[in-house]
Amino acid sequence: MSDTQGSRRLRSAPWADKAFEWLTRIFAFVVFSLLLAILVSLVIGSQLTLEKYGFSFIWSADWDPVREKFGALVPIYGTVVTSLIAMLIGVPVSFGIAIFLTELSPSWLKRPLGTAIELLAAIPSIIYGMWGLFVFVPLFQAHLQPAIIDSLGNVPFFGALFAGPPIGIGMLTAGLILSIMVIPFITAVMRDVFEIVPPMLKESAYGLGATTWEVVWRVVLPYTKVGVIGGIMLGLGRALGETMAVTFVIGNAHRLAVSLNAPGNSIASALANEFTEAVGDVYYSALIELGLILFLITTVVLGLSKLLLLRLARHEGAQA
Amino acid sequence: MSSAVSGASAVNPGNSLYRSRKRFNAIVVVVSSAALAFGLFWLVWILGTLLYEGGTALARAALYYQMTPPPGADGGLANALAGSLAMVAAGTIFGTPIGILAGTYLAEYGRRGWLAGATRFLNDVLLSAPSIVIGLFVYSVYVAQVKHFSGWAGAMALGLIVVPVVVRTTDDMLKLVPNTLREAAMALGCPSWKMVVFVTYRAARTGILTGILLAIARVSGETAPLLFTALNNQFWSSDMNAPMSNLPVVIFQFAMSPYENWHRLAWGGAALITLAVLVLNILARALFRRTD
Repeated sequence: MSDTQGSRRLRSAPWADKAFEWLTRIFAFVVFSLLLAILVSLVIGSQLTLEKYGFSFIWSADWDPVREKFGALVPIYGTVVTSLIAMLIGVPVSFGIAIFLTELSPSWLKRPLGTAIELLAAIPSIIYGMWGLFVFVPLFQAHLQPAIIDSLGNVPFFGALFAGPPIGIGMLTAGLILSIMVIPFITAVMRDVFEIVPPMLKESAYGLGATTWEVVWRVVLPYTKVGVIGGIMLGLGRALGETMAVTFVIGNAHRLAVSLNAPGNSIASALANEFTEAVGDVYYSALIELGLILFLITTVVLGLSKLLLLRLARHEGAQA
Repeated sequence: MSSAVSGASAVNPGNSLYRSRKRFNAIVVVVSSAALAFGLFWLVWILGTLLYEGGTALARAALYYQMTPPPGADGGLANALAGSLAMVAAGTIFGTPIGILAGTYLAEYGRRGWLAGATRFLNDVLLSAPSIVIGLFVYSVYVAQVKHFSGWAGAMALGLIVVPVVVRTTDDMLKLVPNTLREAAMALGCPSWKMVVFVTYRAARTGILTGILLAIARVSGETAPLLFTALNNQFWSSDMNAPMSNLPVVIFQFAMSPYENWHRLAWGGAALITLAVLVLNILARALFRRTD
């Protein structure tokens, strides 16, 4: 009796096992194909302008919905410039915070301070935008911006970057707010990779009389170089695709301006502002092509970041 | 570390190289502390502003039961709150099972073959992909086909953002479950699906729940993907098949408007969202720490 029961159970198990495995495999495949599906849908959606303008879409600065002339140069420029500003400020600050959290902080402070920095990433981007527009912009316009224009605006060559009236909103403001937003992402990666450095390496350097800075610069950084670059790329990917915070403060002007104090536009904010108000198929198609460009850029940057971090992890595995 | 310093000071303390190294190190310590202060400064400033500007709006009961008003009139955010809750809930219900099952494959079955590695890689890219592109995707595959904006479309976009977060945490948490547990279950003759559902899921339960909470926190504040999926609705609507009001888009619209009363409501909404997101985040952390 117990024998037949046992064999029936044995027989019933295999299909349930296969079914569950295939169920999970199908959903894994769904996630796998999602990125591809997004790419295909964007290509189909932008077919009209892809055919009409070809590659000239990328370097044309036109944006004239009435005469249906479109080009992506201004939003691409704005996206790249604001992200670069964000990196220029965000990377050194994140590096400093990561040094503090891994090498200097007393251990009881590590967790609360780390959590506080991570909470910066939890604040929704629309809050950054709104705070930026109502609180940061007026103060920046009244105090900081005139000082920047007066001092840096007169430097030969570079001066043009900072010239112009202090209107508060613009690419510089957007870059500054983006820099606050990328800090938690870059810091988190840097802190994680700094912590994988074998203590023995650091201790031997300290034992030879190295200062904290020398340990970080000569031991920790060379060991984690690949991961640090991966973290920076992750922050860059985030900055490139950030929408709401930038939309509030960049000024949304389709104009190519040399000065960083001038209003500009980014790909994401052009989409956020114009997509629901677009009229006509060509306009829609042009906006979707902007989305396609953004998607391609961020995917490449984020993919590279992931590859670098994987390389560090593999290197680690080989050593262990 | 202190022993290293005293060991080094056995070298002639008058040595100029030694002094310049010490000086440079002191500068680095100061600069990196300043960097930390810089980061915390913005956090405190932003949260302080929200409490200051949004506090009074939050205390007004009308915020929670009146509809979004026309310019110049009094009102609340009831329809936006309800819409946001409905879409976040639908998005979570839609995205969580996909995420958990895909994550299960990565951790439990994907040791061989290309699919798991490739999926893990693409999922990590998706995790940081611009959310506005997700909105564009849902617009072109759903909204443009049925030719109207709807709450369902918004929920779909949010669900697609939930998926990578849940995949990642499920994968990570299942990998933390010791293999001896799996082997013990198998040794007792347990079929592998039962082993996954009744043993490893149970062992990783809090971890997976943490991931879901973090995903909810992430989508609660998402604005960009809702702009051209759910759109907005000035009135109360319980029809998920029609344009639906939601908190982030209302905040965006009201903050960009020139009307004083709309600004006040936007601050109230902003404070509410941030509070909810921070509470969810801290809750998730506390939950996870308990299992550590």
